Amino acid sequence: MADLRINFAGIKSPNPFWLASAPPTNSGAQIHKAFEAGWGGAVWKTIGAPVLNVSNRYGAWHYGRQRMLAINNVELISDRPIEINLREIAEIKRAWPDRAVIVSAMVESKPEAWRDIVRLIEDTGADGIELNYGCPHGMSERGMGAAVGQVPEYCEQITRWVMEAATIPVIMKLTPNITNIVLPARAGVAAGANALSLINTINSIVGVDLDTLELTPSIGGKGGHGGYAGPAVKPIALNMLAALGTDEIVSKSGIPISGMGGIATWQDAAQFLLLGASSLQVCTAVMHYGYRIIEDLCDGLSNWMDEKGFKTIADVSGHSLHRVSEFKDLDLSYRAVARIDADKCIKCDLCYVACNDTAHQCIDLISPQGALVEPRSYDVRSNGKRDAVETRPQPVVREEDCVGCRLCYNVCPVDDCIQMVELPSGRSEVTWSELSEKQTQVTEDWETMKAYRERVGIHIH
Amino acid sequence: MESASSVSRDIGQALAEQLPPLTANAAAVEADRCLYCYDAPCTHACPTHIDIPSFIKKIATHNLRGSAATIFASNLLGATCARVCPVQELCEGACVLGADHKPISIGRLQRYAMDYAREHRSYPTVKAAPTGRSIAVIGAGAAGLSCAGELARLGHAVTVFERRSLPGGLSTYGIIALREPVDIAIEEARMIEGLGVEIKTGLEFGKDVFLATLQKEFDAVVVSAGLGRTPGLGIDGEEAIVDGLEFIEASKTGAAALKVGRNVIVIGAGNTAVDCATIAKRLGADRVTMVYRRTDREMSCYEHEYDFARKEGIEFRFLTQPARVVLDGSLPIGLECLRVELGAPDASGRPAPTAVQGSEFVLAADQIVKAIGQVKPSLAAQLGLETKKGLIAVDASFQTNIEGVYAIGDCIRASGAASTVMAVQDGKLAAAAIHQQFAQRAEPVEVN
Repeated sequence: MADLRINFAGIKSPNPFWLASAPPTNSGAQIHKAFEAGWGGAVWKTIGAPVLNVSNRYGAWHYGRQRMLAINNVELISDRPIEINLREIAEIKRAWPDRAVIVSAMVESKPEAWRDIVRLIEDTGADGIELNYGCPHGMSERGMGAAVGQVPEYCEQITRWVMEAATIPVIMKLTPNITNIVLPARAGVAAGANALSLINTINSIVGVDLDTLELTPSIGGKGGHGGYAGPAVKPIALNMLAALGTDEIVSKSGIPISGMGGIATWQDAAQFLLLGASSLQVCTAVMHYGYRIIEDLCDGLSNWMDEKGFKTIADVSGHSLHRVSEFKDLDLSYRAVARIDADKCIKCDLCYVACNDTAHQCIDLISPQGALVEPRSYDVRSNGKRDAVETRPQPVVREEDCVGCRLCYNVCPVDDCIQMVELPSGRSEVTWSELSEKQTQVTEDWETMKAYRERVGIHIH
Repeated sequence: MESASSVSRDIGQALAEQLPPLTANAAAVEADRCLYCYDAPCTHACPTHIDIPSFIKKIATHNLRGSAATIFASNLLGATCARVCPVQELCEGACVLGADHKPISIGRLQRYAMDYAREHRSYPTVKAAPTGRSIAVIGAGAAGLSCAGELARLGHAVTVFERRSLPGGLSTYGIIALREPVDIAIEEARMIEGLGVEIKTGLEFGKDVFLATLQKEFDAVVVSAGLGRTPGLGIDGEEAIVDGLEFIEASKTGAAALKVGRNVIVIGAGNTAVDCATIAKRLGADRVTMVYRRTDREMSCYEHEYDFARKEGIEFRFLTQPARVVLDGSLPIGLECLRVELGAPDASGRPAPTAVQGSEFVLAADQIVKAIGQVKPSLAAQLGLETKKGLIAVDASFQTNIEGVYAIGDCIRASGAASTVMAVQDGKLAAAAIHQQFAQRAEPVEVN
């Protein structure tokens, strides 16, 4: 049985799953319920400057039957009186000594304001502080949240003020609304932050109502960008997480990273761990289904770790980081082709249309008699299920022309029907880096490139 | 027997459309389940080749006007076909999700789009300029209406001559209301009229209207007269047997005249026979028995119809051949039958039934209905049209041996598998062929 306990920058919790600072951690009563359900920790909804909220604050992106593939919000930090929050934080920590209670904070960019909030938080007995440099809406207009997170110098300055005052671990939370996520992370390292967390929400507009022509959601006829989160942002979060894990300065510092951004299942969780996270935060999935999802997050992760032979979360953390590569270091001679399993294929022909319209035109339709046929080549008088099923051609990949782009694999609705099969390319391993270093002309001149391709046998169809 | 009035009072409810319309949510869920196959097998399986993935995708994106237009582009009688098509044998039977999952409910989604079209009068319009050509269509059934509508869309002037008082053919008169209510068929005919087609009812071909006259007045004549009445059994007391098509017709358009017994026998085992048995059962018969001389393996009704009949509580007597109606005065009190044994396959490919002499037995009944197919049209001989197996013979463009005279629908094809949608396709293909032949003749056209 895998050990799910973590010690994250000195903050301990019985499992790596914390509720992210957000509506699910708005009050003591909620967090009490969450801890009863099994959550390892909670990052209290950001406390700090006074705010007022609006209605219709949550928008959502639905796709097909999937509701809330992502949520978008213009909710601000906690609108409850700060003293009530502080009292409930203390009560929760007393009631749940084995759980991680972290308090997110955001105040005006003044040293005394940050010193004061650090003192108030420490007085509650909380295990740690998370600095909210991420909120992309509302607070940023007041010079807080993402307005700080988007300027590495501000991140560093404020974190220094906090580190001077704090005696408990401090986590600096990064905004993804920035061109290079590594720069604010390095600022956190330079300022001596105990940990980093990412990602906060992404700037977004969910849509426009096609009846009213107002933004969705409409707040009294108006709307604007809000923070985007949920399953749809996971790949963006993973990329930013990996960018920190592969940055020399950040990774060498050994600073632990709390990963979040679209974690909804234990599989998502495992992927964040593999790319370097050592604690995990969850919000949207809980807002969709409630605290109960913690059961399968822990159970599924534990079973997978057992299956893979991972004993601790630390064993998993960063395990796949060495696989992260820049394009220039990929093997240009690696060759894979798509192969369609005719027994599994249901002949929806989605691979065929995707390949022929938009990729490399290397899937053919082959009739049951073995002839190459065009789509819709049946007679106009042919009909009935027997005609349709028995004469339906089979999509077949012309492997010699397949560039292995993997589009068909992605569109196929049947599990394991299309496989990407590795084939020998007959060429020795070479990367773009090596080419540009050793055969510079090839990478700079089309004619030389042509000669090179002919020499090594690369045919572009 | 029940009094006629008590039957008519309950008929609407008892034969109300069997499947409720899909709710907006159910339609959206089902539409989203469709994979949007390319060159989809459902489209191939549909005799009219409706672009099914496209119309379903349009339901998913709430473009119901576009969805209906997609259906109408291939099939003007989409509302009828959505209800009466044997989808298990056609589109849904070919759905790629059928093997491992549940096929998409294409028929019900089509009905959803067609219901929208009816409620919003989102019907096709004529975009072509008038050609000055005119066509007479004999019969306002599925084939005739389809052909008339398609010709109208191509800019031709079309007049339909219909023997009955209402248009729609079997859709109006011959299909049990729980599968297709009368108003759907009538509204569909009104939609065809909306394309500029003139439908003249109460005019019988060969009596009120004559081919020679039509040939003079119109540039082409299309015969879509369907088939005839139920054939005779040739048994004693047959005059006391109710014609199945008339029985269904009464349940749809003449409720006041409909009489239903308490113990009803239906002779036959096709889809029409199942409809008759269902009507009897639903309208008060205590016991309904279908009598068939072969077995359930040879029945011509669809498997889903057989399942449906059994669920309705209808009983079956297989290997039973009617021999004589037992009468009390003029009223039937029973059907004397012979036991049947099956022999070697006959001309139809099914085992030949042989009645066992001396095996007579009587099934009690106070009403006997026969639904054993329809007689072939006598029209062909009257008009001097060549026939093939008793049906009007046509070439690839639906032209008969008389130039300018075309035939489509059941009168060129023995009624049976998917007859409605096949008739619609006949109408469509014939319209295209006629249009093309007009173009080839390229006579100077006078446009009024």
